Amino acid sequence: MITQQVSVFIENKEGRFLRVAELLKDHNINIISFSIAETEEFGMLRMVVSDPAKTVKVLKEGEYSARLTDVITVKLPNEEGTLFGLLKVIADSGNNIRYMYTSLGDDGPIVIKTTNQEDVVAALKKAGYEV
Amino acid sequence: MIWNETKECMSRDELANLQSARLRKMVSRVYHNVEYYRKKMQQIGLEPGDIKDIEDINKLPYTTKQDLRDNYPFGLFAVPRSEIVRIHASSGTTGKATVVGYTRKDIETWQECVARILVMGGLDHDDIVQISYGYGLFTGGLGAHYGVENLGATVVPMSTGNTKKQITMMEDFGVTAICCTPSYLMYLTEALEENGMVDKIKLKKAFLGAEPWTENMRREIESRLHISAHDIYGLSEVMGPGVAGDCKFHTGLHIAEDHFYPEIIDPETLEPVKEGETGELVFTTLTKEALPLFRYRTKDLTSITYEKCECGRTSARISRFKGRSDDMLIIRGVNVFPSQVEAALLEVAETTPNYMLVVDRVNNLDTLDVLVEVEERFFSDDIGELERLSKKIAHTLQQALGIQPKVKLVEPKSIERSEGKAKRVIDKRVLD
Ligand SMILES: [Zn+2]
Repeated sequence: MITQQVSVFIENKEGRFLRVAELLKDHNINIISFSIAETEEFGMLRMVVSDPAKTVKVLKEGEYSARLTDVITVKLPNEEGTLFGLLKVIADSGNNIRYMYTSLGDDGPIVIKTTNQEDVVAALKKAGYEV
Repeated sequence: MIWNETKECMSRDELANLQSARLRKMVSRVYHNVEYYRKKMQQIGLEPGDIKDIEDINKLPYTTKQDLRDNYPFGLFAVPRSEIVRIHASSGTTGKATVVGYTRKDIETWQECVARILVMGGLDHDDIVQISYGYGLFTGGLGAHYGVENLGATVVPMSTGNTKKQITMMEDFGVTAICCTPSYLMYLTEALEENGMVDKIKLKKAFLGAEPWTENMRREIESRLHISAHDIYGLSEVMGPGVAGDCKFHTGLHIAEDHFYPEIIDPETLEPVKEGETGELVFTTLTKEALPLFRYRTKDLTSITYEKCECGRTSARISRFKGRSDDMLIIRGVNVFPSQVEAALLEVAETTPNYMLVVDRVNNLDTLDVLVEVEERFFSDDIGELERLSKKIAHTLQQALGIQPKVKLVEPKSIERSEGKAKRVIDKRVLD
């Protein structure tokens, strides 16, 4: 499935992620998956949340730069070789992965951003994944 | 059209002779009539006879706004109070107001200088000119008013405020030109657009001054109102609006050099800079009777050219202002102005993002960090994109400043603001 992910610009400073998490908690938004990518100076918080549109609104009101990006979410059983299988399907489809991350819960989806989203979704579906 | 061809197009040699003669007369008059200047001259062992021609001007002491404040209200006047026909004053944000005075002849000079600029911008006696500068102690309103009357055009003395009425008058009277601040004209432009009035008015020219504005703002005003916009510069200490203005070629502001002698100095060393280099603008009044000033430091930063303009005028031209010397920073020996940073950011981002300069000294070396807020419009989910933005800003800044800054992208609204305005510079260096 193609899902809307929320990306937020955060500085590499103490307590920044905490502030975002608190803001979302106060608005009853659930963070399903997240990752933080960082450079020397700033970080990029990416999240799949229960209500993406509301999240962006809340963040903007809190004076963060936030935007929505399309990502693929796939359910993957926690078993030997499943990750390999998934990566192989994407590689065979001729696409690259820009980034990917996992979820907080046991049965949460894996979040993937690839060079051609539609293409990868089709390939995954064809291979029988719960996309 | 040229209002006073004899003076505005005089050869540089003739002009120097005229300036020399006027300077000699002025220095002698000041020496005999203004105790403050006499004492200053005596302190440095300078006599009126030492000033023989315009080249000797650098022997004279500088004057600052503080000197005017110290002599509040009339201490620097060179004529008896009975010869003063008008007073203006600027309300200082710090301390006392600066008071200036004019004799009848000073008012004549002033209206002559303003008329020159109006004609430079293409006006003649057929025009109807709305003055939307404030009337009162501020020099803008009355200064422009007398200039328009002197030209023989029709004055509509609106003063500031009441935008609705301004627009009504503009339409009903067929106003062809306006004198106001650039920010007010921007505001008026929006109001005109909202009311669908842009095509109903006859406005052709605007003479804008009393606050700094950019070339971008000029282009924007010109294209939105379909007019030509001109710069009119002046400061009350020296006279008021009319000291300099730009012609239709917009290649700098022509100075009324037969009345005001300009110099450009390094604000740190107080030495003159080379032609074309940026420094602080300094004026010596050559003809003013009531309040003659030696080498008044305007704090405005600009550069000067003495090349003849395409319009035929020979007067020196100053470039659009590059900032105020009060704001100047010296980083690794290089003069840096926040306005340069602003211009460089404008180049990268089209409109200025919020930024702040942090200057520090690490291991005896000055460092410059430029914090730039990552607004919505710069933000992308792609980290590479943000890093490229940061590098591009750093590169443009280095080109503009001549020193290598470190650019840090920061969260929106994270730069401290006081009274709604962002603070632009933090200098953490401890200098002993
Ligand atoms: Zn010209």
